[in-house]
Amino acid sequence: MRKHVSNLSMSHNQKARFQKKALLFLDYLVMIVLAFFFLFPFWVMAVGSLKPEKQIFDDLKSVIWAFIPREVSLENYAYIFNRIPFLTYFKNTLVIVLTTIISGLFVNSMIAYALARLRWKGKKYIIGAILALTIVPLETIVVPLLMVSNKLPWFNGATSWLDSLRVQIIPFICDAFSIYLFYQSFIQIPKDYDEAAIMDGANPFVIFSRIIIPLARSTFVAVAIIQLIFLWSAYLWPLMVTRTEAFRPLTLGVTYLYNMDIRWGPILAYATLSNLPSVLLFIVFQKGFLRSIASGSVKG
Amino acid sequence: MKKQGYAQDNFFGWLMSSPALLLLAIFVIIPLVMGLGWSFTNKRLISPLPTEYIGLKNYDSILAIKIIPIEPILDDNGNPQIDENGSIQYLRVRDVIRANPKYLDFRLYTEFNAFGNHFGIIAKDPDFYRALINTTLYVLMIVPAIGIISLLLALLVNQRLWGVSIFRVIYFIPSITSISVTSVVWMFLYNPDQGLINQLLQKLTYDVFGFSPWLQSADTALLAIILYTIWQASGLFMVIFLGGLQDIPEDTYEAAKIDGANPFQTLLYVVIPQLRNTIVYVVITSSILGFRLFTQVDVMTKGGPEGSTLTLMMHTVNEGFRNQKIGYASAISIVFFIFILILTFTQRKIFKSENVLE
Repeated sequence: MRKHVSNLSMSHNQKARFQKKALLFLDYLVMIVLAFFFLFPFWVMAVGSLKPEKQIFDDLKSVIWAFIPREVSLENYAYIFNRIPFLTYFKNTLVIVLTTIISGLFVNSMIAYALARLRWKGKKYIIGAILALTIVPLETIVVPLLMVSNKLPWFNGATSWLDSLRVQIIPFICDAFSIYLFYQSFIQIPKDYDEAAIMDGANPFVIFSRIIIPLARSTFVAVAIIQLIFLWSAYLWPLMVTRTEAFRPLTLGVTYLYNMDIRWGPILAYATLSNLPSVLLFIVFQKGFLRSIASGSVKG
Repeated sequence: MKKQGYAQDNFFGWLMSSPALLLLAIFVIIPLVMGLGWSFTNKRLISPLPTEYIGLKNYDSILAIKIIPIEPILDDNGNPQIDENGSIQYLRVRDVIRANPKYLDFRLYTEFNAFGNHFGIIAKDPDFYRALINTTLYVLMIVPAIGIISLLLALLVNQRLWGVSIFRVIYFIPSITSISVTSVVWMFLYNPDQGLINQLLQKLTYDVFGFSPWLQSADTALLAIILYTIWQASGLFMVIFLGGLQDIPEDTYEAAKIDGANPFQTLLYVVIPQLRNTIVYVVITSSILGFRLFTQVDVMTKGGPEGSTLTLMMHTVNEGFRNQKIGYASAISIVFFIFILILTFTQRKIFKSENVLE
């Protein structure tokens, strides 16, 4: 009798184990299918970029061959380096994105610190105004912003910012949403941290740079990444303010190439090259990347 | 002592805020105010005529819409004329508009039959309504789609399984690439004759799925853009959900397990209520991003075919930047801004009132 019971429970255990395994298998299957969905455009893009124009479309018909590189040719890459100013586009994007993010981190965190931790008259209204500005989409002010940018002076005596790199950088340094994220983070740091420093006679700049910045490092990373994602994709504004190739970013170059003549080989090579840096950057820093966006974006 | 420490705050507060305040004033507040002001004028980018104050005329031109009954064409006996298919022939809406001075400046938006009569919807700016309806449709589809898919992705990669972080990375990759570049890649995939998606669908379904024209037909273009956007943006929202999921304490799951809840019940009654803040955030952000839809449309379809993918943003840019009607475009921007405002406030309100119920 006892033996019977133990037998029963064993088969029950086996069944449960089998179920668990089947579920695990299903789990991985779903994840792999999804991985295919998210990756196949990149794969097909990279493989296609290495093929001559005619072979790209011949291979698409067989589906399988679209995923497999054959005789590797760099002809398409040579084309984009020789025929269009790819390196200029690339340099422009890099300069725009990096300058905007770095100066943005500085400017936005500083005001957030003043709002979150200093006691001064008028800050209540400024907090309210910034909160309201977080919902102003760039698109709603893009036309007047263009007119403003066209009237601004610059150090070399120019009276318009159009067709330059600065017009793609300076208007986006200050960002209400970034200020809001910094504010949320700074306000959670306990008061005693700076009170001790105030006793020692430290001024707010010292407290900010020595105490607050090190404590809120993850917020800085999160803000930088969120800005990176949006700036890397910037399209409408560069489209409106650039006139010559010298100041265009990567995002516009691809449509320039597409409108020049529709040859898919060079277009795929262009797409591969311009996706490469951000994808590599992400894969190298993925741990910090994902953690800081997850913790930085929604709090409160 | 303490007081002295804070006395300098007034000075440092303004000092440390000033760079940001200056930039916000020049590049956000001044344009906002200018745009509001121009929306009451007929300002054009280059025009020999001076800019004039025209009151609410721009807003009237944007919003004016009418439903008018269309009379059938009568034959000599006074009976409605019938074509070879047996359907009644109606007057052309364009002729009705032209014949009636009341309908000056109106253009045809669409025609429909109802209650045995024929109607025409006419608007001063039919493209605005086309854009509004496309954008609303887009938002209504993309918000639940992205919400559900990214939550499922987050649940999948939140499991403690071997190799799960690789999948997390893979799902996120499309989010960090630029929209215009990947849009062009998807145009390659959507190619109607030779595109990989059509070939793949055909092979996988044994030709049940015929060739779809994707971006080149008014019926499928918006859907194709939605599919692309799901691919592009789900990863970003997955990470946001992941953050929310990781804030749920471990013992909540344990408690649910002890109570005998199956995984589906746990999701519905434990996980989702706990994720409410995150869900609200995802819904607000994805709908605002949805209303701002521009880049992928500009690259893939330029608003076509037949205006089927024209969006509000696209219409604004077309009017203000390409047609140089700055006053008019500013008014559309203001209308657009009011939509976003209403949306944000309604969603925040829904969120708050749910809080009160608890």
